[in-house]
Amino acid sequence: MNNRLRVLRAEHGWSQQDLADRLGVSRQSVNAIEKGRYDPSLPLAFTIADVFGLPIEAIFLREGTPE
Amino acid sequence: MRRYLIRLTTCMTIFVMLIFAVGWLFRHAPPAGALAWGAAVLPAVPILGTFWTIFRLLEEETDEFIRHMLVRQSLFATAFCLSIMTVWEFLQNYEVVPSGTHGFGAAFLWFVGLGVGGMVNGLAMRRDCAEDELGEAE
Repeated sequence: MNNRLRVLRAEHGWSQQDLADRLGVSRQSVNAIEKGRYDPSLPLAFTIADVFGLPIEAIFLREGTPE
Repeated sequence: MRRYLIRLTTCMTIFVMLIFAVGWLFRHAPPAGALAWGAAVLPAVPILGTFWTIFRLLEEETDEFIRHMLVRQSLFATAFCLSIMTVWEFLQNYEVVPSGTHGFGAAFLWFVGLGVGGMVNGLAMRRDCAEDELGEAE
């Protein structure tokens, strides 16, 4: 699954650690999700959406959808 | 993770004490019957405790990605152990190697696999972080 996490994080001027602290997860988690190596669970995806104030589908994209 | 380390250290300490104590008992005053069974099984109990400790770690870990990596590590350990034990059993079946494992049984191999799996996880996470730092520097 593709995502716009890195772009959104950059727009907010947050480091991976800043975002991890806001989500209550490790920096490695943010890193893995950004790289598409790990797809978050639905509850974590909702938390990410809440942190950015966006709907989930504005952050996570279907495979093949351009970012 | 702190609770895991405390539990693991406790189990390993008890294991070391029991392995020496039971070894001494069987060398100097070998028990018989049910007592022999009970005494022989004693060192296995803290090893079972270690498996429980790892199960608790998977249950208590709140970071889902870290839990995912721990599960992957445990599966690697299981595959590693089962592969070696299966090959070893066939070698024993055809009497290519002597019988017995000389104390290095399934649990030992599983923990070796867990260690190797941990190193693979660590290297993968380190590589990801290094790639990221390189990307941000550019």
